Amino acid sequence: MQDDPTPAEILETVAQFLRETVMPEMQGRNAFLARVTANAVDVVRRQIELSPAADAAELARLRALLDSDGTLETLNAQLCERIETGAITLTTQGLKDHLWETTLAKLAVDQPNYAAYKRVHDQTPQKT
Amino acid sequence: MSLSEHAFEDGLAAVIRRAVAGADGIANLRRLSGGASQETWAFEAVGPKLSQRLILRRAPGGDRQHEAAAGLETEARLMDLAGKAGIPEPPVIYVLCPEDGIGRGFIVGFVDGETLGRKIVRDAAFADARKGLAFRCGEVLAAIHAIPLDQVPPLRHADAATRLDELHKRYRLSERPRPVFALAFEWLRQRLPKEPPAPRLVHGDFRNGNLIIGPDGLRAVLDWEIAHIGDPIEDLGWLCVGPWRFGGIDNPVGGFGTVDQLLAGYEAGGGGRIDPEQVRFWEVLGSLSWGVSCAAMIQAIRSGVDRTAERAMIARRASENEIDLLNLIAPRS
Repeated sequence: MQDDPTPAEILETVAQFLRETVMPEMQGRNAFLARVTANAVDVVRRQIELSPAADAAELARLRALLDSDGTLETLNAQLCERIETGAITLTTQGLKDHLWETTLAKLAVDQPNYAAYKRVHDQTPQKT
Repeated sequence: MSLSEHAFEDGLAAVIRRAVAGADGIANLRRLSGGASQETWAFEAVGPKLSQRLILRRAPGGDRQHEAAAGLETEARLMDLAGKAGIPEPPVIYVLCPEDGIGRGFIVGFVDGETLGRKIVRDAAFADARKGLAFRCGEVLAAIHAIPLDQVPPLRHADAATRLDELHKRYRLSERPRPVFALAFEWLRQRLPKEPPAPRLVHGDFRNGNLIIGPDGLRAVLDWEIAHIGDPIEDLGWLCVGPWRFGGIDNPVGGFGTVDQLLAGYEAGGGGRIDPEQVRFWEVLGSLSWGVSCAAMIQAIRSGVDRTAERAMIARRASENEIDLLNLIAPRS
């Protein structure tokens, strides 16, 4: 068992250093890149925190939707194939909900401040 | 400053001494942030009686270009042409040639104003400018689309079917399956225009972020990098694509206006009456196109062409387009 701090806690210190120490000392493009780099660290931290549960839920939905077993990679490829051949369409039971759930889970990691995401997130009762 | 940066600054100073009357050098050269596909540099041409603010647009590292790019020399010609057609453009001062030794690019006059989409959408200073901006964008787009094609330098031709086909090939380059993109491709295929409209000059990147805005409104249209000949409604749809609303999601046109205002301006500018469904088609194609482009950044990262966090973060913006596409083609009930 690895010691504390957790990866997420370590990354938090990296992002904080970039924002509070590096950014103010930089100018122009480098200040911009320091901010972007801090954002990148945040993405990794959120992915570490959120992905295990999100991936498990996505896998379960894909298995039900496709009535098939496999990995996230192979089942997503299968879903794309069935959409392309017209075997699965927007009228297929469960497709729309699955795509929304999956997309919202991605945005929770990538861009939780994206306005279109925030609107849906704020309107959805939170599961605890 | 590195040796190559010194050589660049000296080369640029030499260009300015030749191109700007009364200039004996340059001052305050600095790279402006933003612009992952092209470099933008601000500086001043200076002399005994002169201080003129200028902008250099240059290919990254001097010579790399976007695959669909018209080319910086063509871009400069289009800006000049558009300016003469009454479209607000900065004056083109000089186009770099190989003998200048500082890469490919061109120099334009500095236009004062704001390009940051977030500020244009939110700041009180632009409250008046926002009121008429969607209408004005419609008028200006109609003027761009009215430029006679026989005056336009050679450009690639791409109508809706071609764009969709190219996009699908680019999507296929990525190994990662993306069901939302797959669904959007099907949606678009079923709605391709049966008879493509008469081809026009398409700006290709007319959006909030590429427009210089002052408190008085639109001052300049920038970034003709991916101009082409095609369906003019592409420009109207692209202006509505989600990320260019900068948080103002209830104002589909750049975060500052409505589609009705845009189309009223387009009609007033001589562009004719447009069906909003056509705009939606191009908004979906635009959103998908930006999504595929974001996802494709992984190739620049893995090949080592660009390993900045900026690239990595653009790649992770593909999911923004997925939620926008779902809102367009499969809204939550």
